[in-house]
Amino acid sequence: MKKKNKLPGQLGTLLKYAFLIAGALTMLFPFLWMILTAFKTLDESIRIPPIWFPKEWMAVNFKTVFDTAPFGQYFINTCIIATISTLLAVVVTVLASFAFSVLEFKGKKFWFWLFLSTMMVPTELLIIQNYVTVSHLGWLDTYQGIIIPTLASGFYIYMLREYFMQVPPILYKAAKIDGCSDWRYLWKVMVPMSKNAIATISILHFITTWNSFLWPLMVTNSPDKRVLTTGLMYFNNDASSFVNLQMAGACVVILPMVVFYLIFRKQIINGVARGGIKG
Amino acid sequence: MQVQLVDLVKDFGQTVAVDHVNLTIKDGALTGLLGPSGCGKSTTLYMISGLEQPTSGKILFDGEDVTEVPAEERGIGLVFQNYALYPHMTVQQNIMFPLVNAKVKKEEALARCMEMARLVKVDDLLKRKPSQLSGGQQQRVAIARALVKQPKVLLLDEPLSNLDARLRLEMREEIRRIQKETGVTTIFVTHDQEEAMSITDEIVLMKKGVIQQQCFPQRMYLEPANQFVAGFLGNPPMNFVEVQAEQGMIRLNEAQYPVQEDISGTVLAGIRPESFTLGEELTVLVESVEIRGRDQLITFTLNDTPVHALIDSVHLVKAGAPISLAIKGKRIYLFDKESGRRLNKEFKYE
Repeated sequence: MKKKNKLPGQLGTLLKYAFLIAGALTMLFPFLWMILTAFKTLDESIRIPPIWFPKEWMAVNFKTVFDTAPFGQYFINTCIIATISTLLAVVVTVLASFAFSVLEFKGKKFWFWLFLSTMMVPTELLIIQNYVTVSHLGWLDTYQGIIIPTLASGFYIYMLREYFMQVPPILYKAAKIDGCSDWRYLWKVMVPMSKNAIATISILHFITTWNSFLWPLMVTNSPDKRVLTTGLMYFNNDASSFVNLQMAGACVVILPMVVFYLIFRKQIINGVARGGIKG
Repeated sequence: MQVQLVDLVKDFGQTVAVDHVNLTIKDGALTGLLGPSGCGKSTTLYMISGLEQPTSGKILFDGEDVTEVPAEERGIGLVFQNYALYPHMTVQQNIMFPLVNAKVKKEEALARCMEMARLVKVDDLLKRKPSQLSGGQQQRVAIARALVKQPKVLLLDEPLSNLDARLRLEMREEIRRIQKETGVTTIFVTHDQEEAMSITDEIVLMKKGVIQQQCFPQRMYLEPANQFVAGFLGNPPMNFVEVQAEQGMIRLNEAQYPVQEDISGTVLAGIRPESFTLGEELTVLVESVEIRGRDQLITFTLNDTPVHALIDSVHLVKAGAPISLAIKGKRIYLFDKESGRRLNKEFKYE
């Protein structure tokens, strides 16, 4: 009896692992290809049929990348933009989520669903309107031009509101009796009680801002305002495309994020998983 | 501080939770708001606290109208049913929270926190988080937090309902002690009549948003104003038997009892189970016997209605056997059959 039961169990595990390994390889392939191509010559990188490994490992590609574009400046810009943007986005998200979860005001549900509905609008569509607004404000080629349009996110507000709604409403009443204002209640009770969710949102927003490409590219012109991802454009022009250098540049761009992810991976996975369950 | 409710009404759409309540709560007294679930006692408490706004009527603190004053400015302390401690703060931070909000100097806040912690006996738990405390300890911390800002009124919303039976007994004595030591006017909401009777100076019994009776506990037990009060207080509850009152007499089975001559027609006679004793007034057939330790609860029929009586366990009573009983002091309460209003006058007491 036992043997009969064991075999389908083992087979199931085998299939499960096979499926997971296939999924992992599919996800890893672009990264692997990027790293390998970063060490190839231009000829090797565009050869048909493609080759996996370079004949000679061209570490010099990375030096060429740094010599061609001011990646040092881009790195500083990206750090500044990602940090400021994350801080401000967290403040905006916390305030909006608090209003939508705790405060009572007219049309609360309507405004919340309106906010949520922004998640259904494609980013490409928003970019045009945002560009017009930013240019009217005279914010082209400025940090605020890059940062401010990305601060309010329907998804983060929805996610944090769900967390805030888990905080027992009786605590709000207790705080009122204890002479606590709404503002103090938010920062002294709600935020400390939801710090895991806020950490998750901060990390996700930081990664998104670090990786953002199209918007910073559109609103910046000068090298002293551009970010790492836009630096990759240097290796691509109308006449040709330096795929190997592009890939070396991409490695430089994602390296800090890989380190960041390895440090915070537990928090990212927990936060996203919990957000998903509660949502 | 004296708390006065003047014609207070609270409705939630079609449901009237509190219906024209007029009530005066004496300065320094421990008053129990008692009633079954949904009677409006907690709503009344929350209106006194300022967390609920009345639909109409006034709330006066020492004669001053505070109806429009927000909760945080009323100078009240409130202990919630589930304590509502801030889980991320230590016991000390929880107790000090109202003082920090009021911008009290740190040294003074700390001194007051220690004083309260000692009063409620949690001074050795100050560094712990609420999750590391037992229910009783959490309750004490909640009381300390409510008292630390020296409130004019202390409100307790079913504070013992989450505790086990033993701890409940202990904590109700503690609440009584703390209230006596501080002398703060206290309003205590409960649905447990025994709890209300044991520690309060005065009970306000409510039903469907209306006050049924307000007096000191013993009086409410002995002289209920109506059938609801009579039935609500006492465990096991009072027996109600339909009787005919004629020429100053009522009949219970074969026995006759004198009543006021001005009462006539079909009325409800209320007899407490503990009012029965062994005697020679009426003989009944025992249907069942339930031993409860000191007493035994016997069931029999009076005027075709099942009735309970509490008899001392030392007497051997058997189901199926007849028993002769008497009613102590002929204490039979008479109520109007329709309205439940008390019909006979108060009894005389020694």
